[in-house]
Amino acid sequence: MNELLDPLLLARWQFGITTLYHFLFVPLTIGLATTAAIFQTAWYRTGKGEYLRITRFFGTIFLINFAMGVVTGIVQEFQFGMNWSEYSRFVGDVFGAPLAMEGLLAFFFEATFIGLWIFGWDKLPRGLHLATIWATAVGSICSAYFILAANAFMQNPVGYELNLEKGRAELVDIWAVLSNPVVLAAFPHTIFASFMVAAGLIISAAAWHLARNQHLDTMRPALKFGLWAMVAAGALTTVFGDQLSLAMVATQPMKMAAAEATYDTVCGADASFSLFTLGTPDGKTELFSIRVPYLLSFLSTHTFDGCVEGINDLQAEYRELWGPGDYAPIIWVTYWAFRWMIGLGLAHVAVAVVGLWLTRKGRLPRQRWIWRVAVWSFPLSLAAMSVGWIFTEMGRQPWIVFSLLPTESAVSPNVTGLDVLISLVAFTLVYGSLAVVEVRLVIRAIRKGPPELGAPDPETGRVEPAATIY
Amino acid sequence: MDLTVLWFWIVAFLFVGYFVLDGFDFGVGMSIPFLGRDDTDRRVLINTIGPVWDLNETWVIVAGASLFAAFPEWYATLFSGFYLPLVLILLALIARGVSFEYRHQRPESAWKRRFDAMIVVGSAVPAFLWGVAFANIVHGVPLDAGHNYTGSVADLLNPHALLGGTTTLLLFFTHGVVFVSLKTDGPMRERARRLAGRAGSVTIVAAAAFLVWTGLTSGTTSYWILAAVAAVALIAGWLANLRGAEGLAFAFLAITVAAAVFALFASLFPEVMPASNDPANGLTIANASSTEYTLTVMSWLALFVLPLVLAYQGWTYWVFRKRITRTSIESAVH
Repeated sequence: MNELLDPLLLARWQFGITTLYHFLFVPLTIGLATTAAIFQTAWYRTGKGEYLRITRFFGTIFLINFAMGVVTGIVQEFQFGMNWSEYSRFVGDVFGAPLAMEGLLAFFFEATFIGLWIFGWDKLPRGLHLATIWATAVGSICSAYFILAANAFMQNPVGYELNLEKGRAELVDIWAVLSNPVVLAAFPHTIFASFMVAAGLIISAAAWHLARNQHLDTMRPALKFGLWAMVAAGALTTVFGDQLSLAMVATQPMKMAAAEATYDTVCGADASFSLFTLGTPDGKTELFSIRVPYLLSFLSTHTFDGCVEGINDLQAEYRELWGPGDYAPIIWVTYWAFRWMIGLGLAHVAVAVVGLWLTRKGRLPRQRWIWRVAVWSFPLSLAAMSVGWIFTEMGRQPWIVFSLLPTESAVSPNVTGLDVLISLVAFTLVYGSLAVVEVRLVIRAIRKGPPELGAPDPETGRVEPAATIY
Repeated sequence: MDLTVLWFWIVAFLFVGYFVLDGFDFGVGMSIPFLGRDDTDRRVLINTIGPVWDLNETWVIVAGASLFAAFPEWYATLFSGFYLPLVLILLALIARGVSFEYRHQRPESAWKRRFDAMIVVGSAVPAFLWGVAFANIVHGVPLDAGHNYTGSVADLLNPHALLGGTTTLLLFFTHGVVFVSLKTDGPMRERARRLAGRAGSVTIVAAAAFLVWTGLTSGTTSYWILAAVAAVALIAGWLANLRGAEGLAFAFLAITVAAAVFALFASLFPEVMPASNDPANGLTIANASSTEYTLTVMSWLALFVLPLVLAYQGWTYWVFRKRITRTSIESAVH
């Protein structure tokens, strides 16, 4: 019973559940706002009804999601203070600044212009209305920058000094915090991964209709756009993911060792990357493994004769620095999360490349199974995003702020296990039931297809959009 | 000027912004059972705040983040101390926010009624609990030497705090109903005006009792001045509503909310989280704040960005200034 009511464990579960859930909606907001902006620009320039219909189609799905992104975001900000008050006291001086910047610079902007976009179709001049969706997209992307800068401080604290008397980290260089090498790589990595999620949604929705040979006029260009976006965003996500892993090796070598479950330091050909491993239940002895020699060395150092420090050596090193303790994260979690992230990401790019080939010069494959594979793009791209976050955050353990504050010292001392349990259960139930409604509504909106529009204006030949109301 | 003083008032300003803006849209949400006779009515009500509820709600995110950045100790003590009420506020805000988006996604009336109920409850719960929370902050709560709240949930629900919650609930309700009369036309506008008159008289009684009670226990000169401004503006708003001057009534009620919230902050200053058990355990702007460097960075940011925010948000309200009628809803539904 005491184990069950451990506030630390419960608070960690709550953070994990609410953060992963929140981050299902964030990439959709970022990706779909940008998608809507691109198609609306195409409509603005050509006046073609198809582009407007695609804009409104994905705009509807965007709207179903964005409110969830907003309200689950409030939970994120509040729970630092609620469950992690010692953390808040320790880092507030540094960590609060990027959060406040996010609110003042980005979130206000995004929240205001989204309202103007949704309800402004018949109230704003066409060009200004187009500007509001671009403003929303830019706002959501800037917002991600500040949040990732705050997160990067937890991975790789910079720009601070410790004040031992007050027992806290104090900001001495805001530029160092905003140009943390971790955020410089994590920001483009996350943004392009968000575009992959949006591309996944577009591919799934278009594949569903094209498999039924319907809405060809809109879904064919949408599919083409989605496939190219997936390939381009996938390539860029990989490039910056590689940059991020170099930054990770430099700042958190334990995370890289845990990603590969490398217990002993290995060099050159021995620094191999395992695609799949079966081990003993304690995870320390390998029974069977498929390995690519040199690959780990290349991923970690960009050379083939580099060395990768092992978990055991790092443990010894860290114990010397910070005293006795276990400084490794849960290895099976990081090992598998890392593989699923990369594997799902590469699979999406592969599916998109094959899709581009199959649909070249306006072809549409007749085989149903091809479309069935394509429809999985969306859920699996969200899954790739989630395992990426699980890897990043679980890989930082046992630290909440790497090298400065252990997670176990960060929890609110006066909040009881029962309090956290009540809120954990409440949030999980509410989030769970909303997820059911959400998924049904999104599927319903996809099946309904792009909205029909009125006849083009006889004078201008343009199709004019209708007003939106709740 | 000492930056901690500046940031105390910036945080106060952000909470004022939140309560003035989200306050009336909580009121619109709560008015659904009183003013929404059929689905079209309810759509009229929801669409009066449709384009702006999100930007209004963003003020609490910015207020919270600024509190975190400028006064981390205050943020940590407040949010961990008022744990369960905040869980309820969060759940209510979630239910309310998604309902605006979900309600019109399906035509069935059972579906719509369910989300209408969530909007009503999701608006009423935070409108009440924010009042409870601020009454407790001003009154002081038991804190230990590490500034951690040592009381229970029941301690937070003391009579003074319950009166505070009732006051914010009624005030936001009245403000919201006045907003409905300002933003609609025809019978709805008339019904809203009458309801605002009745709700306003109850609000005057509750607000007067709460402001006097708070003043007697923790009043300062600046508190009494601001509380008097709030009281006069409330009565002026009530009278303006009776005379059918909706814009004026709305503005006076906005001044009431702003003056009342500023009054609570004025009675706190320079404390931010007084301890009711031992004054030495309390938090002040001095021992709760961030470093001078952090506050300097944030001050430059606020100086340049806040005027811009006010400008584009003001413009948004101007874009959506037209009254919403049953005809405008019916013609938009094909």
